[in-house]
Formats: sequence, structure tokens, C-alpha cells
Amino acid sequence: MVDMTVPNSPATSIEDAIADLKAKFPDAVSDDKREGYSGVIVSKDKLLEVARYIHDTLGFDYLSSATAVDYLGEGNHSNDHLEMVYHAYRTTGGKALVFKAQTDREKAELPSLVSVWKGADFQEREAWDLFGIRFQGHPNLKRILMWEGFHGFPMRKDWHEAYYEQDHKPFDSRWPSGHVYRAEERNIFGKNVKYPADIDLSKLTDISESSMYEGFGMGVEYTQVRDGEGMATDQLIVNMGPHHPSTHGVFRMIMRLDGETVTHLEPVMGYLHRNHEKIGERNTFLQNIPFTDRLDYISSMGNNHGYVLAVEQLLALAPKYTPPTYRTEVLRVLMVELTRIVNHLWAIGFWLNDLGAFFTPVLYFIQERERILDFFEAVAGSRMMCNYMRFGGVFADLPERIRTVANLMNDRVRDFNTMQFLTEMINERIPRTIDELDEYLTNSDIVRVRSEGVGYLSREDAINYSAAGPLLRGSGVAYDIRRAEPYSIYDELDFDVAVQYEGDMYARYLVRLQEMRESVRILKQILPRLEYTAGESVASPFAYSGKVPIGEAYGRVENGKGELGYYVVSAGDKKAAANPWRYHVRAPSFINLTPLGVMAKGGKVADLVAILGSIDIVLGETDR
Amino acid sequence: MELNLQELSKTQYPIPADLQNNVAITSLSKIYNWGRRNSMWPMLFGLACCAIEMIATASSRFDFSRFGMEVMRATPRQSDLMIVSGTVTKKMVVPIVRLYNQMPEPKYVLAMGACASGGGPFKEGYNVVSGIDKYLPVDVYVPGCPPTPQALLFGLIALQKKIDGQSIADYDDVPWYGVGLSDPAPVPILGPDIIDPRQMDMIRRQAEKAASDGGVLNAARSLPSAAVAVLDAPAKAAKPAPAAAAPAASEADDKRAAALARKAARAAKSEGAAASTTPAAVPAASLPSGGKPWEESEAIREQRKQAALARKAARANKTEG
Repeated sequence: MVDMTVPNSPATSIEDAIADLKAKFPDAVSDDKREGYSGVIVSKDKLLEVARYIHDTLGFDYLSSATAVDYLGEGNHSNDHLEMVYHAYRTTGGKALVFKAQTDREKAELPSLVSVWKGADFQEREAWDLFGIRFQGHPNLKRILMWEGFHGFPMRKDWHEAYYEQDHKPFDSRWPSGHVYRAEERNIFGKNVKYPADIDLSKLTDISESSMYEGFGMGVEYTQVRDGEGMATDQLIVNMGPHHPSTHGVFRMIMRLDGETVTHLEPVMGYLHRNHEKIGERNTFLQNIPFTDRLDYISSMGNNHGYVLAVEQLLALAPKYTPPTYRTEVLRVLMVELTRIVNHLWAIGFWLNDLGAFFTPVLYFIQERERILDFFEAVAGSRMMCNYMRFGGVFADLPERIRTVANLMNDRVRDFNTMQFLTEMINERIPRTIDELDEYLTNSDIVRVRSEGVGYLSREDAINYSAAGPLLRGSGVAYDIRRAEPYSIYDELDFDVAVQYEGDMYARYLVRLQEMRESVRILKQILPRLEYTAGESVASPFAYSGKVPIGEAYGRVENGKGELGYYVVSAGDKKAAANPWRYHVRAPSFINLTPLGVMAKGGKVADLVAILGSIDIVLGETDR
Repeated sequence: MELNLQELSKTQYPIPADLQNNVAITSLSKIYNWGRRNSMWPMLFGLACCAIEMIATASSRFDFSRFGMEVMRATPRQSDLMIVSGTVTKKMVVPIVRLYNQMPEPKYVLAMGACASGGGPFKEGYNVVSGIDKYLPVDVYVPGCPPTPQALLFGLIALQKKIDGQSIADYDDVPWYGVGLSDPAPVPILGPDIIDPRQMDMIRRQAEKAASDGGVLNAARSLPSAAVAVLDAPAKAAKPAPAAAAPAASEADDKRAAALARKAARAAKSEGAAASTTPAAVPAASLPSGGKPWEESEAIREQRKQAALARKAARANKTEG
């Protein structure tokens, strides 16, 4: 069941790899010398060639993140340009090779890297959609989060939204110097809209729908396919979503069917694109923490963790930096592992929904989840949106007692000692639930027949498509960031990386099951640590600090759904900035959808919802 | 919820002692509303974080089936209540309005959470609609981010109370008990930015103005001077003509007559506006195949409005007579 081997440290270090790269391409590759920056800058003419070398020869087979940054007018750079930042890793573990390519803002063009890493597909489409970088050679370059026909590229620094007030918060119009007026009152249309000056209503066309079907052919495909029997069949275009009960939110798929077999599938998203990154760049660093809660809203603690890790990397550049205390790390791991259990319970429960066990199993899992949420509510003050972690610390230590108010309807407030509550939950309740789940599901004929061999993703594809989390580990890649690039105190904790080699839905289910057991194993090691660090401070002088030293950082954690990364650039004109210049989220739910088309192809349409369920997406994170 | 027979039987009509608890006399509205409020089927439809709390409300610990709401239907055709549970984006509001139009009447909308009520933390986002009430009539707003299950239950109970207060006879308060079809909510268009069909005329006027005097199309409205001093906003075009003053409320204590007058005034106003924008309203059937969807809907709306006006006039005559 479990691969006991910890990924080996890579044969050559990042420094060796960069030296190798510079020796091979002396004209095209140069060090990124900006203060607080790392990696290399690749000239855009040679980008594809260099990328291929990085992938094939240097062995960086996993493209974690590819995102754009708009350097305009401000910050520690010489000229205005758009920059594409790539973070590539080896699936054997180790640090990132960061490489960047720059392009002109007016005529933004870069070669597409989809031919090297297929995982770049959606990420490049996103950069085209939001930054307007045209990727030459991209197979399907159209908008992904906004609709086709939208004016402008909203993430560019000179593009202002309808309710724009100022570049950075806090706004001057607010307290104490100003008085707040509703944004609607300032807009002449009374809505969050802004039209281009040359709008011509007589020529107005709504191409947002029709553009999605490009490449499919509208309606019934009349080219008849003849099978071996000589029977003529038509192919049919079917749309599913965004309102569909089994798309786990507002997700949409457009597919071409041959009978019941899916021959082509394209995910359509952006129905919950709520401009997380644009708002994040207006916010101060601290203001972003509650927003990260709302990314993957099932596991808000994990989201907090990735973000504070990224910002702490930048804070560490300051001369007087003190790392988080040990108790802080213990509390963070406690919260994150409980979150992982919540996430997997939810994922398995809703996957069963998709398999046809409508809502009954979920009820049992939600019941257990409520118990964990009671704990979160007592600690952080909110059930779901915990907003718990701070830079260098956490919001508060554990309370003495837990009062679960949710039972007020029985006119009864239940009162527990916190440590007793935790001990009982970790040692008894959660293992019992997992055992129960295991007993009823793992050998259930229906589950196995429906899921074995369905939604197959090969090991090579999983890596190349940048799949992460249980999707990657279900395809036989023992890649878990807690082991591959340990953060927090995971290097001193004893646990195994759950991995399965079949690459089907059942394998992903087994990985999740095993990961919950491993989480319990970690939590059991956390309990004594909680005891002997009791009384230690969890505060930090940086927790509410306004300014962050300039530089870039990529913080990533192994969240329930996979690798969650934050790319943060602090680029003030002085030594520190109060607002992130760039704030990007590498969302596992988003990138894990890239191989959906491959997994669904050749399968039955009835299995499609279950395949989607086995990826485990949350739309808040997919669309951001 | 139980139907309280004692409560129902308290009427002006005397019931013989031996028939009490066997015969109940009540108003039709009361018994009808009792049925409706206790079988309020929500649409199985989640948008964002709030949907998770909605699911938690549906599950065993909070269990809104105690209030007759456990049957969540995945199709709008079978649901009575749309719980808008999460951030409404410009891209998503189009399907939401379509779904609303597909729901059979009587139908209700509950805006769950800060985002659905007014944009919430994401309000400033370029793809976010500042509250679903910009496009759909909302019956209950539930605050919170996300609202706890208890808060959602409270909102649902508030909706039940609202239903209790409605009367089958009051056409103005509850439009769907009138005769004929109600107007569908206009479906927004995704152009360069989202376009509300009701604002087409206004956008056109603004664009013309911007073209003629070099003004700004998206001019900010003027704010009180105290605010202006702080904001130091650049260009401020004149505020558009304020909506015509509401017609003087009739002094008649007959609520219904006053309401009818208001409605007629509203209809007349919108008729005037429509006439000025679409001089030759084309009947829906004769629309050319290349006709744009919003033009079609305007034409249909025009027809409906005329029909509704005629009905209302007839009804008013009857009441007077």
C-alpha cells in the first residue's frame, strides 16, 4: 500500500543545474540579479529550446507554476515589461529551478511551453486572459477565466476596474480621514460595470457562448463515423454545467459524444472568478490572509499556511527576523492535518455522491467534520473561514475549554476541556470514522466495479500535466511536498507518503484513505508536542507588520487537493512594501483539471462526473 | 409544522359544538400559505463557500427538513426557492437569471451571505456583481461570510413568515396570482462588459454624450462636496436625470387602489421609455433570424406590458363598477 522510500535528494543541486544551463546557453541565459530575486532570465527567442533542455536533460520534469507579472512604472526594475515566471521541480524532490522570460508590454508574445510541459496549458491561457501575453504555438489559446469578448487584460497594472479608487489599500476615502460612499453611487450605471469609450451598441454581439464551442462544430456533427459493422453514427455535442448538481459548484464541461463514449472534452471555467489576485494586489499583505480562506473553502487552514510561508520567506530577508516559535509550528501542523482529514472526508463523500450513493454516506462524513469545525470555531472564531495564521505566528493559542454552541437547539451548550476533546477526537473518533469508511467502501463491489480502471491517468501524463496531490500519487508518483521539500516541522515527524500505482479512480480513493490514516499518525505525534510546548508564545513581532522587504518568494504546501503555491512579489520603490506587487495562487484545483480531457476521453459519459469527483476540485480555488 | 386547528377555527363563523375539531373554517390564503411555506423546495444549486454551509444546514446536525425544505431539486422547474449561495460573477449571473426565469411561480430568492447580498469582500472585483438584487428580486437577505447554518435557518424561517403574510387576493403584493404570464427577468448580455438590457438606452445616451463633447463614458457620479474633497475624483459628469418623482400617493385609504395607481404610473413610464428607444417594436414572431436576443425580449416585453395594462385597466373598471 505504502511506498516507504523517501524521494532521494537530486543528484545535482540547483546551483549545478544553473551553471550547466549557463554553460550550454551562454547568450540566452543570465542570472536574475535583482535584489531579493533568484533564478535565471532566459531570452525569449531561446525559451523553448532552454525549456526543453531543462526538462529533458536536467530532469526538471514537473512544472509547478507558470505565471505572469506586469512590471510597470514602479519597483526595482529598469524598464516596463511583462515577465513570465516558471517554477520547475524534479519529482525526485528538491528545490525549484526558477526561470523567467521577459517580453514587451505593447506586443506581448512568448513561445508556448505546452509542447514541453502540458501542465502549462491552462496557466498560459490564464496569462493570455489576464495579462494579454500571446503564446505562439499554444494549441487552444482563448480566454479561460473571463469570457471571450471582454475588453482589456484585467491583471495589467494600468487596467482599472469599475470600482477603482486607488492602487493600494487602505484607501484615503475611508476612515479616519474620509467618509465611505457606496461604490454603486459613484458609478453612473449604478453597477460594477465599465464600458470602453468606443462601444457601439448597434454592432454588439455576445460571443461568450459561441466561442466556447469553437473546434467542436455546433450541434450535431454531421460527418458520419463508420464503425466496423458498417453502421453510421453521429457525434453529438453535449454541454454540462455551469448549473449541474454534480460539477461540485459552477464548473462546466463541453464534450463530444459518440454514443455514450466521450471523444473530446473541454473544461470551461471562470464562473466563480472573483478576482482574488487583482484584489490581493490592492490589499496589504496582511489583508490577504482572510481572502486565502476563501480559495479552497473546505480547507482554509491549509491555504493560510501556504501564504504565510511565502511571506515569511520575504520577511526572513529583513535584518531582525525571528522565525516562528516551535509551538506555532506545532499548532499549524495540528490545524493543517485536521483540515486534510476534513478535506478527504468531504472529497470521498462527494465522490460517492457522484457514483450514485446520493447523500447518505456524506451525512456520516459531515457529522464528523462538524466535530472538527467545532474545534476550529473555538480556536479561531469561525467554522469555515478560520483566518488563523499570521506572519511568524498564529492568531491565538488554544483556548482552555471548548463550548459547542451548535447544540443550542437542544437548549444545551456542551463544554469540553480542549486537550481532552482533541485527544478523544484524534485517538478515537477520527480513526473510528476512517475504519468505518474503510470497512463499508474499500471492498464494496459497487465501488470497485464503478471505479477500478476508470479515469486512468498514466504516471508520465500525471507528471507532464502537472497533476498534484492524490491525483499524482494515485498514478504512482510518490511526490508529497511534506517529504520532497519539507517545510514547518514535517522533517521531524514520522509518516509515509501514500501512493498507489494503478492510476484510476479507485487508486485515488485509496490514496485519500491512506492519507487520512497518515494524518492521524501525525496528529498523534502532535499531541505530546502540544503538551510540552504549553505556555510558549505563539505571537510574533511580524504578525501584523505593515512592511515586507522587497524580493520574490514562492511558498508551497501540500494541501488536501495537492500542491498549493503562492508566488508573491514585494516590489516597493524603497526597501520594503506594504502591498504585494504580484500575488499569484498556484491552485491545485485549477491545474489538476488540465488532464481531465485525457482521463475522460474514451470513457463513458456516466463515469465523467465520478472522474471529476475523484480529482476533487473546489471552484473557489479553480477560478480564484 | 403542524396545522393548529384551534388557531384555524377562530373565525367569525360559529361552528356547532359537536362539529368542533372535525370542521375547521379558515381563509383560503391561510391554508394555501400553510401548504406552501412547509414545502418550500430549494434548488440544488451552489455557487461558492456559502454552498458548503448550505449543505451543512441540510445535513443531520442542523437538518432543514424540519421545516419542509429537504427536497432539494436539481432542476429549476421543480423548485420554489433559489438560495443564491455565494459570489455572483458577471459570467455566472447570465445562467442564474435564466434559471430564475425557468422556475415556476410562486418563486422566491434568498440571498445567502455577504457576496450574494452586496458583493461582499469581493465587491471591487472586475468580474463580480455587487449583489444578486441588481438583477433579480430578493426576498430575504442573510448576512454572514459565510452565514452559519443557524443564520441560514433563521433566514428560511423569515421567508416562511413572509409567505404567511401574503394573500392570494393581493395582486400587487404577489404578482403571480394575477392573470397571465409575468415578465421574465431580462437576461444580461456579455459584451465588452456585462450589459443589463434595461440599461441599453442609458448606455447609448452616455456613449453619444461621450462622443459629442469628449466626456468620459464611465463618468463618476457627483458626490457630496465633503466626499469630493477627499476623493479628488477627476472628471465628474452631471448626474443623469433622476427618476421621475414618484406620483403623489393617493390619500385614499384603499391600499389596493393606491397600489394600482402606482403600478399604472410605472407601466406608463416604462412604456414611454421603451417607445423612445425602440420606435418600431417588432412583434416577436416577425423578427428576422439575425435578430438579437435582447431586441426580441424587448419586443416580447412590450407586448406583455400592453396586455398587462389592458388587464389592469379592465380590473380597475370592474372594481369601480
